[in-house]
Amino acid sequence: MTKTQRASDQWLTEVAKGIRQRVLGHSLKNNGGYMSQACSAAELLSCMYGGLIDLPEVPEPLLPRPFAGTPGIAGKNRETGIEFHGGRKPDRDRLISSPAHYALVIYAAMIESGRLHEDALNDFNKDGSTVEMIGAEHSPGFETTTGSLAQAISQASGIAIARKIRKETGNTWVFMSDGEFQEGQTWEALQAASFHNLGNLKVIVDVNQGQCDGPMDQVMSIEPLASKIEAFGWEVVRVDGHDTDAIFDAGKTVTDKPLMILCYTDPVRGLPIMQSRFPTLHYLRFTSETEKATYAAAYQEMSK
Amino acid sequence: MSYEIVNRPHQQNFIDWSADKPEVVVLTADLTNSCEVGRWRDTYPERFFSMGMAEQNMLGVAAGLAREGFEPWLHTFAVFLYRRPLDQLQMSIAYPSLKVRLVGFLPGIMTPGGVTHQAIEDFAVMRAIPNMTILEVGDATEAESVIDVAHAVDGPVYIRQLRGEVSRLFPKDEPLVFNHARVLSEGEEITLITSGIMTEEALRAMPLIKQKGVLVKHLHVSTIKPFNDPQVVSAVTSASKGVITMENHSIIGGIGSAVAEIMAEHGAAVPLRRIGINDTYAHGASQKHLMEELGLNAQSLVAAVEGLIGRNLHIAAEDLAAARVADVHSAAKAEAL
Repeated sequence: MTKTQRASDQWLTEVAKGIRQRVLGHSLKNNGGYMSQACSAAELLSCMYGGLIDLPEVPEPLLPRPFAGTPGIAGKNRETGIEFHGGRKPDRDRLISSPAHYALVIYAAMIESGRLHEDALNDFNKDGSTVEMIGAEHSPGFETTTGSLAQAISQASGIAIARKIRKETGNTWVFMSDGEFQEGQTWEALQAASFHNLGNLKVIVDVNQGQCDGPMDQVMSIEPLASKIEAFGWEVVRVDGHDTDAIFDAGKTVTDKPLMILCYTDPVRGLPIMQSRFPTLHYLRFTSETEKATYAAAYQEMSK
Repeated sequence: MSYEIVNRPHQQNFIDWSADKPEVVVLTADLTNSCEVGRWRDTYPERFFSMGMAEQNMLGVAAGLAREGFEPWLHTFAVFLYRRPLDQLQMSIAYPSLKVRLVGFLPGIMTPGGVTHQAIEDFAVMRAIPNMTILEVGDATEAESVIDVAHAVDGPVYIRQLRGEVSRLFPKDEPLVFNHARVLSEGEEITLITSGIMTEEALRAMPLIKQKGVLVKHLHVSTIKPFNDPQVVSAVTSASKGVITMENHSIIGGIGSAVAEIMAEHGAAVPLRRIGINDTYAHGASQKHLMEELGLNAQSLVAAVEGLIGRNLHIAAEDLAAARVADVHSAAKAEAL
């Protein structure tokens, strides 16, 4: 059963653990995966699917649909992955996931929280499947096509405006990664959301301080992030992204402004052996059988 | 030839049209009055959204609104709808095939704003985008009726819209019809395809060309994508001496290219002459000056016809009806752009 109230500490801990374990298991099986994103975002995703966001319930874990084709005019193939988030309900929240390369981690979180059937990962990155490596709007739990980063926050702003016009009480949430704050569009969206008083727009960010080329402070620094976003007219809360109490407290912030929760995270949390790969953490691919065996041992340890 | 001149054909028409369509919302990027929606904003303030000079975000917000069942009508200069925010246009709007209406003003060389303001390759870019419908209006009647045509399309639509003082070439009761060209004259030797403001320009020369005995089938097209109107296909594949296209756009990727594709696919074995911007940027100057400099004018049409039929028509520049080009400082425009 999916969660609408705050889940128990035990549930949150187990889901976070399950996310890391499932992504590592999958990476071992497929010789690669976005592992550091699982390590950094496990707790914040367990909170997101554990009651922080008031997503409508899903009665049972759903199986993904096969890919029907690209959308076309006259309503062809317009189905998105919203059903895994319980669909549209005026008084409930919506969640738009922006960093599409987190797909494996997001699928794992939805499996652990009872929204997605665990067999779904058998279709991951397979031809004809919607369980794509870089999630698109037809993928489970996705509503927008945001592999070209920073486009979700603008679209979520449009959804939030629409919901405001219709006087819906539910909030619209966006899950973002910190690298997206290098894109100009993010800042355009921030200024517009505050200008249009979108108090129903809430953003939660995995600030893992890493990107494809390495640590963000060596590629293109975005700090001081909190004060910049505040200066754009947002309410900003900065938390330890592995502290579920702090994340839930941040979610309760009372404000008329759009809310930004910056979750500072550790990209190797729960899998410290990955630290030896620093600064190349963006994608885990095993360089030798020996290395793979080390991770297999870590997986066994994690499963205890 | 003189036509009725309509001041701001879009302005009140769009207000009246929107009255019974609560799903219609308008987004602008700091060119509200310049795009004739200042009064619309004052009439429907609750569904008007000023997005500032931030087109990438504006396109994304429009996508979100469209996903929720609203019909966003974005109003800005044509060039700002696709050049800077092309990725957003493609990934946020075109891929999901959302009902977003991109109303682009000052297409081609209609602005003295210079290269930054001149959308000279928008057809080329937009035609290559899947799911996109492209419309271009050629007179006041079409400026008024294009909104019904766009409204009926269940997918994104890009409109090259006219503003300010606009000629009425076509009767008010003959609205723009989707993917249906207007037949302006019949003839078997040459097929002439024109769109947008080039139709009025071509009409300056057509009576004289016909007087000289040249048989020209002249079609005015307003639907640029799809480009498969059977009348157009038939006309460009049946002309005995050649085909001419005239567009306020680069000769690459626009109507000339679309016609070339049809002719090649059908094996039409006559020459094609493309009148348009000859693979160059333009610059800040009046529309009249640029049309002359770039050869987007009736004289070029006469020369193209002469080339195809192989004889001199002896039509002097002064014989051509006086060009009507709106004054740069017309009171019907919000600024001199």
